[in-house]
Amino acid sequence: MSKRIGTFNVNGKNADTIVEPQMLLVDVLREKLDLTGTKRACAAGNCGACTVLADGDPICSCITLAVAAEGREIETVEGLRAADGTLHPLQQAFIDHCAAQCGYCTAGMLMTAKALLEANPRPTREDVKRALSGNSCRCTGYVKIIDAVMDAAQQINAAKEVAA
Amino acid sequence: MSDGIGARVERKEDKRFITGKGKYTDDVRVDNQAYAAFVRCPVAHAKINGVDSSAAMAMEGVIAVHTGPEMKEDGIGDIITGWSITSKDGSPMQCGVWNPMVTTYGRYVGDAVAVVVAETQAIARAAAELVELDYEELPASIGVEDAFQDGAAQVHENVPGNLIYDWEIGDEAAVAAALEGAHHITEMKIVNNRLSPNPMEPRSAVAIFDEAEDHYTLYTTSQNPHVARLVLSAFYNVAPEHKLRVIAPDVGGGFGSKIYIYPEEITCLWASMKTGRSVKWTSDRTEAFLTDAHGRDHVTKATMGFDAEGRIVGFKTDTLANIGAYVSLFATVTPTYLHGTLLSGCYDMPAVYGNVKAIHTNTVPVDAYRGAGRPEATYSVERMIETAAREMGMDPAELRRKNFITEFPYQTQVILQYDSGDYHKTLDMAQDIADVAGFAARKAEAASRGKLRGLGYSTFVEACGIAPSAAVGSLGAAVGLWESAEVRVNPVGSVEILTGCHSHGQGHETTFAQVVADRLGIPVDNVSVVHGDTDKVQFGMGTYGSRSGPVGMSAIVKALDKVEAKAKKIAAHTLEASEDDIVIENGEVKVAGTDKSMAWHEIGLAAYIAHNLPEGMEPGLKEAAFYDPLNFSFPAGALICEVEVDPETGVTDIVKFTAVDDFGNIINPNIVEGQVHGGVTQGIGQAMLEQVVYDDDGQMLTASYMDYCMPRADDVPSYALDHNATPSPLNPLGVKGCGEAGAIGSPPAVINAITDAIGTNDLQMPATPLAVWTALQNAKSSMAAE
Repeated sequence: MSKRIGTFNVNGKNADTIVEPQMLLVDVLREKLDLTGTKRACAAGNCGACTVLADGDPICSCITLAVAAEGREIETVEGLRAADGTLHPLQQAFIDHCAAQCGYCTAGMLMTAKALLEANPRPTREDVKRALSGNSCRCTGYVKIIDAVMDAAQQINAAKEVAA
Repeated sequence: MSDGIGARVERKEDKRFITGKGKYTDDVRVDNQAYAAFVRCPVAHAKINGVDSSAAMAMEGVIAVHTGPEMKEDGIGDIITGWSITSKDGSPMQCGVWNPMVTTYGRYVGDAVAVVVAETQAIARAAAELVELDYEELPASIGVEDAFQDGAAQVHENVPGNLIYDWEIGDEAAVAAALEGAHHITEMKIVNNRLSPNPMEPRSAVAIFDEAEDHYTLYTTSQNPHVARLVLSAFYNVAPEHKLRVIAPDVGGGFGSKIYIYPEEITCLWASMKTGRSVKWTSDRTEAFLTDAHGRDHVTKATMGFDAEGRIVGFKTDTLANIGAYVSLFATVTPTYLHGTLLSGCYDMPAVYGNVKAIHTNTVPVDAYRGAGRPEATYSVERMIETAAREMGMDPAELRRKNFITEFPYQTQVILQYDSGDYHKTLDMAQDIADVAGFAARKAEAASRGKLRGLGYSTFVEACGIAPSAAVGSLGAAVGLWESAEVRVNPVGSVEILTGCHSHGQGHETTFAQVVADRLGIPVDNVSVVHGDTDKVQFGMGTYGSRSGPVGMSAIVKALDKVEAKAKKIAAHTLEASEDDIVIENGEVKVAGTDKSMAWHEIGLAAYIAHNLPEGMEPGLKEAAFYDPLNFSFPAGALICEVEVDPETGVTDIVKFTAVDDFGNIINPNIVEGQVHGGVTQGIGQAMLEQVVYDDDGQMLTASYMDYCMPRADDVPSYALDHNATPSPLNPLGVKGCGEAGAIGSPPAVINAITDAIGTNDLQMPATPLAVWTALQNAKSSMAAE
């Protein structure tokens, strides 16, 4: 059980940092890489606040050992914007629909929703509810979050149609 | 004005939240950082004979282990209560002493006994496990009814019978006489279940002692950083007020639980001084369940009498309120002046009486949680009137209408004077939206599928913006409940609002900016809100009790009045016009009826350049105000819940939830809708999902999200919302507050709907599938027995 250098691919960039065997992915993101947008709220994989994408799949970074995340492409809320700063349609929809209140669950919601829309570009409202049911929010009653995800799906699809 | 009052302005906060740039206390990084972890009492009641920290101290990376007796020796004060209640016999309340860390007795599972400070959080937590407590377990009282029995285990030696106070409100004799002559009497035992507030952001503190400057800084998850600074300095003696800066950066929800100044925050400041290190502590979720103040936990016996026409003649409640092991900051006022005063509901009740006995138990302290007393009152009133209607064979909406207050201001029998309202129209609107007329057909259709459909009402009124300071003082409050604001106009005309309120999700940066934008005709982007830092804002009382609208924004308006008056003087002088002819429109300061005007930024510049000001005028454009409210404001609403119950499983589906509210004038409809959605959802959580459960020994069985069930996305119904505004005549914006109404009004609507569906009233919250199914089985067997 010793410290060693780990390499993490986060938001398209490789970063080397010292990891210890018991460290969790959320520790590396928050404490080592200073990516504090990912939140820890239950530390038990029950609330989804710490959700990040690993090779496109949503995972709870609070119950993922850091060493297990090496070699995977990790995406956090900080990587959602385009390189030119343009907001992701989900981010824009969260603003348009007033989907955040205290903001603490927001990053996890966005990442879970991104994975949903990539897997299921035309979700029903029930699909969205089911996808987000692992992400707790205490402020919003979820309504505006679901509205935002539905809207973002439409925006993404409309943009794709224009591009095609 | 597109950014003004009533506009659906995008929230200024959201850009940072959706990009992960929000700055919360746990995100704060400082030099010289060490981490704290707490050793907690493992049983509900114990005498701590010794703390052996030798193994912990031997661990590499451990800096210090400190205990309660050391804290006491350093003069750190005991935790105070902010409101003294007088019992009905005139005697002062009796409450146990709360040491920030245990000196002799641990009184609930989670009571802090020692703190470990270490180089990392992981080391601190591991070392805390190595601290050995030598303790003797003592008998404990857990449930509120058990704790009030003769012979119950005593939580504190100085509180006989665990009775903190025996308080009353209203006219007991008048109610007794009215009930004596009543045509119909409804009686019920009502349990208001114990809840854990659970903001998603756990509590956190970063305490920084700067020895060179002899100065302390505390970053903390607070709804009221100024109150925290005052209490930490004046009562807990951790630092003098002028040498303590409290910063509450972005706060991730609170719901009341972040009003209070807890042992952990006090200890971090003290430990920072002791160790010379910055000390950080962030709660984990189980710690949050074990230490954040809980809410509700009342057991009430209620009696309501009616005359032959269905008019209420008298209403009486006897309540046991569980206060927990210690009396938290506002724990005493929640079951009394925030509960007893709302027992008249929105009804013209000629006689009302409430008795409340506050009881110590060996559980986490209970304090104000979203709604604070008003949900408990509303639940009692609204369950009673719905039940009475069923017993009398009347339509529950009609029974309510027979009793609605129709003239305002209305003086209740329990202190409060309601400001304005239109309860009939609000109920009309709700019934239309909910299509109550079509309910019978929907019920029949559901029955054809083997489902039980039910409809339940809640017509509620509540009280926001607790006030005025002199009145609350006369009732026992240790604080005034005014708010402060400062409006600073910069030389370029942009504006900063400094407020003593502090947003923890409510969107003040947007709403408050809209008030200024509306008044001055400048875009919200030219207005910034400064809050949450005692070095920036001089003083303020914080955000709770839906006060930021009616009280906080009123202070801003008062400061704006002064800014506007000075701006007009400057304009009149510059434009050579009479001050009375100056108007402010669309960002311009004009001479009415002429083309003479100055842009708003020119006023700012003129004020600071100060080359040509009216004689005797001081340069600058910055005004402050303190606003002490004249009265509470009284939001009200009509909620209708429609459910479908599967009798085979007890699973209940909320098919539709309608909420028509009267919040007075609305500044930002998007934000207000969000408050209603969130509030109603918490109320549905209370009604159907949530309950803090202790076993008989006082171990909490629900200290994780796997055991304590909060609403999730797939638990929440679709909501149909509308508003029927009757502006409050008592504050300049005519606002009433909207943050708590949903949580206050919704639980009885849900339970009234479920009990309507299942045809039995024998159901307490939370109405889980098991509870609903059991109620159905009990009803069946009691029918079979008859």
